[in-house]
Amino acid sequence: MLELRKIPIGAWIGLILTTLFLICAIFAQWIAPYGLGEIVGQVWEPSSDKFVLGTDNLGRDLLSRMIYGAQTTILIAVLATALSFTLGSILGFAAAVIGGWFDTLMSRFVDLLMAIPTLIFALVVLSVLPSTILTLILVMGILDSTRVYRLSRAVAVDINVMDFVEAAKLRGEGKAWIIFREILPNALSPLVSELGLRFIYAVLFLSALSFLGLGVQPPQADWGGMVKENKDGIVFGIPAALIPAAAIAALAISVNLVADWVLNRTTSLKGGRG
Amino acid sequence: MAAAATASRAGKTDPLLDIRNLRIEAKVFPPGEPPRTITLVHDVSLTLQRGKVLGLIGESGAGKSTIGLASMGFGRGGVRITGGEVVLNGRDILKGGVGGLRRLRGREVCYVAQSAAASFNPAHRLMDQVVEASLLHGVATRAEAEKRAVALFRKLSLPNPETIGERYPHQVSGGQLQRVMTAMALCSEPDLIVFDEPTTALDVTTQIDVLAAIKDAIRDTGVAALYITHDLAVVAQVSDEIMVLRHGRLVEWGGTRQIIKEPRQEYTNALVSVHEIAHDEQKPGATPFLSVKNVTASYGGGKVKVLKNVSVDIFPGQTLAVVGESGSGKSTLARAITGLLPPEQGSVTFAGRTLANRLADRPKEDLRQLQMIYQMADVAMNPRQTVGTIIGRPLEFYFGMRGRERDQRVAELLDKIEMGKGFVDRYPAELSGGQKQRVCIARSLAAKPKLIICDEVTSALDPLVANGILKLLLELQKEEEVAYLFITHDLATVKSIADSIAVMYRGEVVRYGPKSQVLAPPFDAYTDLLLSSVPEMEIGWLEKAITGRRMESAGN
Amino acid sequence: MSSPIVKLIAQRIALGILLLLAVSVLIFAGTQILPGDVAQSILGQSATPEALANLRESLGLNEPAYVRYFRWLGGVLTGDLGTALSSGQDIASSIWPRLKNTLFLAFWAAVVSVPLAIILGLLAVRYRNGFVDKLISGLALASTSLPEFFIGYLLVFFFAVKLQWFPGISTVFDGMPFLDRIHAIVLPATALTLVVLAHMMRMTRAAILNVMQSAYIETAELKGLRAFDIIRKHAFPNAIAPIVNVVMLNLAYLVVGVVVIEVIFVYPGMGQYLVDHVTKRDVPVVQAVGLIFAAVYVTLNIIADIAAIVANPRLRHPK
Repeated sequence: MLELRKIPIGAWIGLILTTLFLICAIFAQWIAPYGLGEIVGQVWEPSSDKFVLGTDNLGRDLLSRMIYGAQTTILIAVLATALSFTLGSILGFAAAVIGGWFDTLMSRFVDLLMAIPTLIFALVVLSVLPSTILTLILVMGILDSTRVYRLSRAVAVDINVMDFVEAAKLRGEGKAWIIFREILPNALSPLVSELGLRFIYAVLFLSALSFLGLGVQPPQADWGGMVKENKDGIVFGIPAALIPAAAIAALAISVNLVADWVLNRTTSLKGGRG
Repeated sequence: MAAAATASRAGKTDPLLDIRNLRIEAKVFPPGEPPRTITLVHDVSLTLQRGKVLGLIGESGAGKSTIGLASMGFGRGGVRITGGEVVLNGRDILKGGVGGLRRLRGREVCYVAQSAAASFNPAHRLMDQVVEASLLHGVATRAEAEKRAVALFRKLSLPNPETIGERYPHQVSGGQLQRVMTAMALCSEPDLIVFDEPTTALDVTTQIDVLAAIKDAIRDTGVAALYITHDLAVVAQVSDEIMVLRHGRLVEWGGTRQIIKEPRQEYTNALVSVHEIAHDEQKPGATPFLSVKNVTASYGGGKVKVLKNVSVDIFPGQTLAVVGESGSGKSTLARAITGLLPPEQGSVTFAGRTLANRLADRPKEDLRQLQMIYQMADVAMNPRQTVGTIIGRPLEFYFGMRGRERDQRVAELLDKIEMGKGFVDRYPAELSGGQKQRVCIARSLAAKPKLIICDEVTSALDPLVANGILKLLLELQKEEEVAYLFITHDLATVKSIADSIAVMYRGEVVRYGPKSQVLAPPFDAYTDLLLSSVPEMEIGWLEKAITGRRMESAGN
Repeated sequence: MSSPIVKLIAQRIALGILLLLAVSVLIFAGTQILPGDVAQSILGQSATPEALANLRESLGLNEPAYVRYFRWLGGVLTGDLGTALSSGQDIASSIWPRLKNTLFLAFWAAVVSVPLAIILGLLAVRYRNGFVDKLISGLALASTSLPEFFIGYLLVFFFAVKLQWFPGISTVFDGMPFLDRIHAIVLPATALTLVVLAHMMRMTRAAILNVMQSAYIETAELKGLRAFDIIRKHAFPNAIAPIVNVVMLNLAYLVVGVVVIEVIFVYPGMGQYLVDHVTKRDVPVVQAVGLIFAAVYVTLNIIADIAAIVANPRLRHPK
């Protein structure tokens, strides 16, 4: 059983912060003190009782926008990660178990996609695609699925040549039993920890795109876009742009801490328990 | 103490190495638990005279390598020497500090590892590594050291002793590397060499030459040695005295003759008599139920022929042992029979009909009749399944058993392999090596097969545990009327359990027949070499075997 | 003696060229998957059908995709990258000064970060599990989580705005004196260094640790060698290949990181140029710049592989 006292301090910080961000994302509409696009004050007002984090480049409440931004950022990142995971792991497992031409074809294609830096390829594709949230999710999910494919294929290939899988094949078991009962349970822990890393990568990638003006488009707000909106304040010593940037970092670090802990926990459990 | 110290300066009669109450601990990090300290060696004492060889013997975890390395003041990983003294050449090396240890290592004590292939740096030529310690400690000039190295290469019967030093480690075979490593240890003329299982990784026919070379070199240079191994027959050939260890404690220490002929402790006795399993050979029946006929198979689409025209028969309830060294094709034969590697030519017939070549084309019933047990029991079981699931699955799969009926049968099978019902909920990681192999046996028995293929099933186990597994297999054979195809490189095992034997060499069966015939002269050249290479627990066996070999080659 | 090595390297280079060709196909194809239409996006929604048809004709959009690809590829190979749709300027001549600027920035970031990362990685191995090591793995964890613009704007906020030591906007121009140029890029180069440093340290540490756990290191210890000599004589020759690999992978990473950093510091390089023209949906420019970035990336990876081949004693001294 999971004993609360045994959770290391780092994991605690990670868990609490991640939960906090998730609550903001889910209940944004109820938590945010002001509306998303509501102009409620002067441009770049400093922090006050009225505006806890001050106002932004158009005089909107920064805290409210941060909360709405959490929703957009996390939603897109979660969907993109889900897409990349489903696509990558199914194809990766299939390639490992089926082998032959399917494996060769898929693997060479993934090599080719990975030969181009992800950001560059995303920019090339986004130069012709319409800037919608769906496009973003598709582009991010598909490009990132190459990494998940590589990992799950490598893990599955390793397991597939183990004697216990051979024993199952000799027994006459079908492909479904081999994938779901022999390989999957043993591939789970590296995949789960990868899930955290892929999510962080999705958050950072989305933020970079939005910062470059190619991600989420106004009037919608995500954290990367908010950095872009407020970046001109920096030269005047106004740190409004640093707040969403720090939020991205905090979210990424806390998920990292949790993923690290999950990885340690699952690999340190002996044999099958857990 | 003081008297001993004075005496040690007096000279020759004092021991070279005097280990007193050695205590070695290690910090372990068990997963999910706080780190704790375990004791690897409990107050072991030993003395070794100049020019003598002391054999350290024991099963895995006995602490023999740990003690060997302690004589150089070295502990692997988190291993620390926490008590006792290691007196070498009259001084306690544990008190000499790091600098003292450095001056001692490679100068007074040298080390020969189990895997020479991993112990040589791949980036440097052999000669540079062989003379490195001599130059470092200023024992010789480069020219002198190289001259000595060449002389040692010659003494150790390495091919091209003049030029082999120019080569890189990957350009030299495993048996040769082991000899180069011995030359490396001897090069700086140390007082003591620690041999840590130097022949364990070698094939049996290579082992005998390396062993003879090591023994000659020890005799001619007058160096003392700690010889660490798990194989009593090997250690009996090279050592003057033998120390038996178990769980980090001393069991028995005595002269070689006394240990192997008149062991005083029960544990030593068990080690000495480990291979004495009584098994009367059964005469082959009238009709074999499984015949391999002229099977040829290869890897890489016909590029590497690994089986050439192999034919063997297996009779109901009997054991066919397939013997050979690594690369002989013995495991490939198992893959061809099971259909994992479809033969290119020839066929496998079972109960009068021909089996499909490919695994995928065989009906379930054929699969059920042929079961397999692997060398590495811990990777042959899914680590995420319980013992109950592992043994229960074939029952569900082949017989459609469910619920109580299945659980009942699983309990019966656990009983058969001498493990209780309590193991049903255990995971493989929670079992010992021997228990894992027993579960694998139960899994194959669950299918009620006619034939079980046993692929080196005892090779990874300690001798006593392996012995238990062999006895169990023989009992089960009587009860269940199951036949075994027993693949092994270990001739002693073969003698204990086989009814008939096939000797394989480079993909061919070179000798085949009932055990009594195969093991009786006249022999073909390879079987003779193989049989004469298996160490016997006899003092002087090595010399006899080597002389026999020389006479033969002279006769040829 | 060295012939198998030459053969392997030749194979690797040939494979690299093939890969570059495939990359060019992919980049070209990436701009053809649109529901959008280049002519439409240039002229906007209000364009008349005649104007659209004329533009399509002059851009060659009526021809099949493969014809356009080969024409484009032929141009690229002869140094003709076409003209920008948005400005009508020759792409090749606009790219050249920007490429120089980008390489200048990446070069100085590499000069600082590579030796620093290797030294820190060695220190982490030397004091394994100690304070330095823990600090490094903590920093590495943080750095994989920090967005580039967070690092960038923090630097700007403190060193350009508060302390005013360096400019927050890195303006460079032709004929600028060398030292002024360096002064201008201090902040972006520092940001880039920080982006790759921790990652490179961690990978270097892992590469050396991997070597340090080999049995031959124990052999050297048991010969009585000093810790420093063990690292120098026995660990280092075997660690070169993995370290070169680490460096190359991170340089490739640096080349991509440059895009965001250039935008933060408004630095007139390739990244800025690419982002501007993606916004303008200027496909020919995006294709050209994308191809150059990808080519640099692929080339660095090939160099890493070749280094690994050359450093492998098994290949250098075959049986």
